[in-house]
Amino acid sequence: MTRILLMGNPNVGKSALFSRLTGVQAIVSNYPGTTISYTRGHMKLGEEIAEVIDVPGTYTLEPTSEAEEIALRLLDSGDIVINVANAINLERNLYLTLQLLERGIPMVMALNLWDDTRHRGVDIDLEKLRELLGVPVIPTVAVTGEGIKELVENIPRATSPHHPPGTRDQRWATIGKIIEQVQRISHRHHTWRERLADASVKPLSGGLIALAILAGSFFIIRFIGEGLINYVLDPLFNTLWSPVVLKLSQLMGGGGFLHDLVIGKIIGGELNFVESFGLLTSGLYVPLGVVLPYIVAFYLVLGILEDTGYLPRLAVLMDTIMHRLGLHGYAIIPNLLGLGCNVPAILATRILESKRERFIAATLISIAVPCAALQAMIFGLVGARGLGYVAIVYGTLFIVWIILGIILNHTVKGFSPELLIEIPPYRLPPWRTVAQKLWIRTYGFLAEAIPIILGAILVINVLYILGVFDAIANFTAPVVTGLLGLPKEAVTALVIGFLRKDVALGMLAPLALTSGQLVVGSVVLAMLFPCIATFVVMFRELGWVNMLKAVGVMIVAALVTGGILNLIL
Amino acid sequence: MITLAQLKSGQSSTVVDIQGGRRMADRLNALGIIPGKKITKTSAMLMRGPVTINVDRVEVAIGFGMANKVIVRPDRVP
Repeated sequence: MTRILLMGNPNVGKSALFSRLTGVQAIVSNYPGTTISYTRGHMKLGEEIAEVIDVPGTYTLEPTSEAEEIALRLLDSGDIVINVANAINLERNLYLTLQLLERGIPMVMALNLWDDTRHRGVDIDLEKLRELLGVPVIPTVAVTGEGIKELVENIPRATSPHHPPGTRDQRWATIGKIIEQVQRISHRHHTWRERLADASVKPLSGGLIALAILAGSFFIIRFIGEGLINYVLDPLFNTLWSPVVLKLSQLMGGGGFLHDLVIGKIIGGELNFVESFGLLTSGLYVPLGVVLPYIVAFYLVLGILEDTGYLPRLAVLMDTIMHRLGLHGYAIIPNLLGLGCNVPAILATRILESKRERFIAATLISIAVPCAALQAMIFGLVGARGLGYVAIVYGTLFIVWIILGIILNHTVKGFSPELLIEIPPYRLPPWRTVAQKLWIRTYGFLAEAIPIILGAILVINVLYILGVFDAIANFTAPVVTGLLGLPKEAVTALVIGFLRKDVALGMLAPLALTSGQLVVGSVVLAMLFPCIATFVVMFRELGWVNMLKAVGVMIVAALVTGGILNLIL
Repeated sequence: MITLAQLKSGQSSTVVDIQGGRRMADRLNALGIIPGKKITKTSAMLMRGPVTINVDRVEVAIGFGMANKVIVRPDRVP
């Protein structure tokens, strides 16, 4: 089968083009480094089916990060390259084009973001460019689909004209000559978007914009999340699902092992969806009634932030602070992704240049960045005791994030590279990609979380009946009760946290904890062991030695923080 | 000649030299920041924060330490 590679600089729209060509939905955003692994899809090429690969963006074939190394490895396996280039900035994009041509792989060029050329005052002579490069050049606008048909028609015409390998200076000289002949720039006045872009990276205005955006995001997420819970999901569960479950409970005799497994405990004829711990009660209510609303709200806001192009600007503002944590500003993006789910966040650390940065970032994320599922439960359970307690949980995790980062920066050998990133122009989010991303991520949550949540509830019920939890509780009582000041049964939640953090926090609900104990429990649960999915991804990305180191740091940090909180509260 | 870190915000200049290791030169080269290139400084963050420049219609943020090793010749203000 013919294998077609989509290659180009970061943030030129490869993933958008990939979705157009294959119909496979890929996450598209407006910042360099969205695609850190490759996605595979298929398209019809005449009578034949060809494989298309969305390769992570790279500036050169001399890799400077893990994502770029992946791009280089994939190159050897391809038959045809679609070189996706940014029409606004042809000079720099041609450097990779020349390197690819030197390799002699058949190529078609997609000159993407073509619609931007008009208002940016860039005029490109396509005929001349085709002639000088010796390959088909097709102007495209991947987000709207403009030029895709022509691109597809031209794939079979991919050519590999002879370009002798050159040195760096020779390549730039060649590019200079090409640009001179094909590109005309006319001066344009600053648009309001460009003015806003400048203001976003100036110290004072940038700081104010960042505060406004982060505070706005927080309130919108909470507004949507609580709105969905109070006006959609709670009414659905209480008026429609509750009678069904109670009826079923009666049919099953109101008790016994099977009843408790399916329905859970019903106390005084009242159904408590969080505390009952049956498959049809907590098993459905936790993922759908509590977590899902916040997943939707969080990923909607994140998607919009990603597509406007704001995130790299936040990276610039955060750079000085992040250097204290042994990272540079761009590491703020994986950390923000971690507020949704730690798994893609740890994968996203691939955009960082050194192993040291990746270790520090992954460790910080897995310890101090709570995922959306856990946060939804924190809002639900801790929020019921007053938002002040929620603030204590977040404040503690933030302080841990800072202090742990400073400690890691001073103890992990090596140094941190400097920030060097391209900042994309502001764009209005294309609603199609926002909606598509929200769907991919929400579906991903449902498909992964629900089976594990149901499995976790099954395991909890079985272990409970077998008395395993009592044994563990007695064994760990000195730490859990002595150090953390929690009832010894709380250890069951910490154990289940290994499977799912949201279910685990739900297990603290029936224990009649004081508000202080609930805060300690939430913080320790957030910090101690990441869930199994995060464990797996840490093992794959860091290797087992570094993963064990991270786990060591985690256990010490969680117990110390929990102990201190217990003393204060 | 001064470093990019010393250049005033809003001023345009030409890159003269890139001091520092090969790795740094590689990373800057990838973004088209090479001797002879015209760049304009857009802004600088406080406390040795990153410098933002415009190179060929693209905004690029460069860490302070790196900006200190990029030598530029400021254009004469007309």
